[in-house]
Amino acid sequence: MEPHSFIGIKKEWDIVGARQLGREIARKLGFGTVDQARIATAISEIARNIYLYAEDGKVTFETIEGMNHKGLRIIASDNGPGIDNISQVMEDGYTTSGGLGAGLPGVKRLMDEFDIQSEVGKGTIVTAVKWLR
Amino acid sequence: MDAIDIQEDSYKDLLKLYIDTEDEKALYGAEKISKSFIKQGITPEEIVNLHIQSLQEMYDDMPQAYLRGLDFLLETMISYGLALQEYQTLREKQLEIKSELKIAAGMQKTLLATTVPVVENLQIGVVSVAAHQMNGDYHHFITGKNGDIGIALADVRGKGIPAALCMSMIKYAMDSLPEDTMGPNKILKNLNRVVEKNVDPSMFITMFYAQYFPQTSKFLFSSAGHEPGFYYHGDTKNFEELKTKGLVLGVTSETDYPEYERTIKEGDMIVLLTDGVTECRYGDNFLSREEVLEVIQQHMHLPAQEMAEKVYKHFERLQNFHLRDDFTLIILKK
Repeated sequence: MEPHSFIGIKKEWDIVGARQLGREIARKLGFGTVDQARIATAISEIARNIYLYAEDGKVTFETIEGMNHKGLRIIASDNGPGIDNISQVMEDGYTTSGGLGAGLPGVKRLMDEFDIQSEVGKGTIVTAVKWLR
Repeated sequence: MDAIDIQEDSYKDLLKLYIDTEDEKALYGAEKISKSFIKQGITPEEIVNLHIQSLQEMYDDMPQAYLRGLDFLLETMISYGLALQEYQTLREKQLEIKSELKIAAGMQKTLLATTVPVVENLQIGVVSVAAHQMNGDYHHFITGKNGDIGIALADVRGKGIPAALCMSMIKYAMDSLPEDTMGPNKILKNLNRVVEKNVDPSMFITMFYAQYFPQTSKFLFSSAGHEPGFYYHGDTKNFEELKTKGLVLGVTSETDYPEYERTIKEGDMIVLLTDGVTECRYGDNFLSREEVLEVIQQHMHLPAQEMAEKVYKHFERLQNFHLRDDFTLIILKK
């Protein structure tokens, strides 16, 4: 496993920084244009959640190199208010920011693996993995 | 025109054909390809990517600016792709809900099934149609041991599943009443208690209950805030509104329902209905009760069942075959 890289999310511009770093790592790993764009969009979604609801948090990137496959793991963690009803935010059509087709269900669709842990009052950790095919 | 056999990998060939010839055949092929893409769940960004790759294979000298521009286009397609996937998931969910509803509607039909009793010297005609899959109107006939007939007609304000669930409750409550011993006022008083205990206050249920004694032609009735029916006097040829007092079911636990009485004579007729009949709308206009009466009068020479069906057909057509509320009409004719 390679050393971690991360971007702190405080301002809206940090979302752009996270996208850029994530895309660069993805490109170096060998992801094609479409997957790069999907990974960047997934990063946007989870980074925007931090920016909108948690004020302070970070997006960390890890490259995974196993025997037969490589991948990129994105971890978004914050110390924000947390999510009370995860099932609800994972439901299609439910977004508080009035978005369409995106939100956390969108991240799940854009990536290959998705996990979320959240505790009210403590914060949220979203983990998503995209495998190189 | 030759049949064009389209394979997914022929995108590039079609694109080349079009660039070289501007042939309409190529565009027709593009239409077919896009349909097959949708069927396979291929998202817009993948199509843009296919487009970029095809162009690069055809031309070694693609200007960098064009390629960047196309990458930009690909990026803007990502969210459309997500919206498409979401749409597909929601459509599957909708199909699931639809089939569940179909089963529920079937169950409701079985549950609320009632047989129109055969009574000497009294014709009974009934039409009950749901606006949506589930019916929020309820009607039921009971034949007592001494040959008297109970007629229940109820309407839940609102329609669809909540209304249908309420109706099931009314049905069970009715089944648990000792039918033979009770007149309309007692039955409504009992149901009122059940509804008051079990139903959300925002849910209104109106109900009309009547008991008919064939031997004496006596017709007893009480109403819980239900749409008033009509009584047609055969001798004077006049319609009388069946005015009643009595609160909607479930408002307060202790309330009384006055009982009224008529003796049905030869040539008389009773019309019972729900507000789906009187609140028929055509365009932006509500139908007035007078207009409803006019339609009833036009068809009253017919036997009761045929009459009820003809009246329903009239209103169905008036509303462009799209019912806005559940519709129930009961006609009693002597």
